[in-house]
Amino acid sequence: MIRIILPHHLQNLAKVDREVLLELDGEGTLKSVLDALETSYPMLRGTIRDQITQQRRPFLRFFACGRDLSLDPADSLLPSEVLSGSAPFRIVGAMAGG
Amino acid sequence: MKGVRVLVGTRKGAFILSSDEDRKKWDIRGPHFAGWEIYHINASPVNPDRMYASQSSGWFGQLIQRSNDAGKTWEPVGNEFTYIGEVGTHQHFDGSQQPWAFKRVWQIQPSLTDPDTVYAGVEDAALFCSSDAGLTWQELPGLRSAKGHLWQPGAGGMCLHTILLDPGNPRRIFVAISAAGAFRTDDGGQTWRPINQGLISPFELPDVTAEVGHCVHNIAMHPNRPNVLFMQKHWDVMRSDNAGNSWHEVSGNLPSDFGFPIGIHAHEPDTIYVVPIKSDSEHFPPDGKLRVYRSRTGGDQWEALTKGLPQSDCYVNVLRNALAIDSLDSCGVYFGTTGGQVYASADSGDSWMPIVRDLPPVLSVEVQTLS
Repeated sequence: MIRIILPHHLQNLAKVDREVLLELDGEGTLKSVLDALETSYPMLRGTIRDQITQQRRPFLRFFACGRDLSLDPADSLLPSEVLSGSAPFRIVGAMAGG
Repeated sequence: MKGVRVLVGTRKGAFILSSDEDRKKWDIRGPHFAGWEIYHINASPVNPDRMYASQSSGWFGQLIQRSNDAGKTWEPVGNEFTYIGEVGTHQHFDGSQQPWAFKRVWQIQPSLTDPDTVYAGVEDAALFCSSDAGLTWQELPGLRSAKGHLWQPGAGGMCLHTILLDPGNPRRIFVAISAAGAFRTDDGGQTWRPINQGLISPFELPDVTAEVGHCVHNIAMHPNRPNVLFMQKHWDVMRSDNAGNSWHEVSGNLPSDFGFPIGIHAHEPDTIYVVPIKSDSEHFPPDGKLRVYRSRTGGDQWEALTKGLPQSDCYVNVLRNALAIDSLDSCGVYFGTTGGQVYASADSGDSWMPIVRDLPPVLSVEVQTLS
């Protein structure tokens, strides 16, 4: 079971709490986690990755286990703590001042 | 019960303002989609409870929301806007050719006859259509063949911001694109042609009468007279009496002919409204006085409408999609400002009152007339 923490606006959009739980089939890559998230919550399609290019939106970051995974290749394996559910995979919106 | 619903898109959400036909007491609902930019919210003229909203964010991209109950509840629908065929390129700021890339939806225009058909004007400029109530979107790619390789973005982005559907001819559509111009199709969107003859842009273009490249801010059409168009250009208020084949200037005695929105009275096709802005460098009203200008002569002769509007120290802007007009017997006019005020007039502009004063900056205003 994978734990994913969503930013505020995506929680509202998906009508979920801060953390969602997902079963993952196959390899635990960055891409497979995002694919599974969008399959369970299709309203999130296009909000984390561009629909056409599948590129991460520039003002979002992926954090886990004290590391920034945002620039990792899409097919890279997530940390074992994320795959075991002991640590969450965090989707974080960039800070905005004003 | 007769009344109106004013649909307001802002930088931080959508608001729905409702009133009876007196338009004195208002019920204010919102924010819907709090924290998101709502570039446009619009309703079907066939089914007034069917609404569509363009919801976007610098963080999370573009969503389209649909309501079937007049905005009480919403559901996200399709948000995949894929350019058809060879994507092609357009001019970029640096003179290079840049591939078209989708950024956001600026305007949503539901069909005049079918609540499930809806058009979307997007940035980078293109026109999309959905025939399944927003679930899927298909581009009408012929538009970008109308010299699209010569279009280039203005400072606000290369956006298709205005869509006018001809009520007498379902195969005719007009669109306007910032820093590209106005365009028309007569075959349901398969082929398009620029309709910019008569536009003169001496401050913006090296070829001042170029076929494309003019910064059209907004165009308006009266449904009973669809061959007559009015345009607020970057500078100049223009009129066409032949469906855009040619234009002539009707700025007349306006204090400034720079501005963004333009609208037409519901019952008087020669009564038009603009909101003059000081200049392209200073986007606020001349002399700090917020004045709507009305012409009852189809242009050239203009009168200032000031009653109820701030006449000192006012430095807001009124954006291109932020003026709307209802069709009650006593025609109502509405506009929203970048200062968060939404003003209403229930007497064709003779007098005004603020419906709300402190919304986020207003991006768009539409009005539904309910019978």
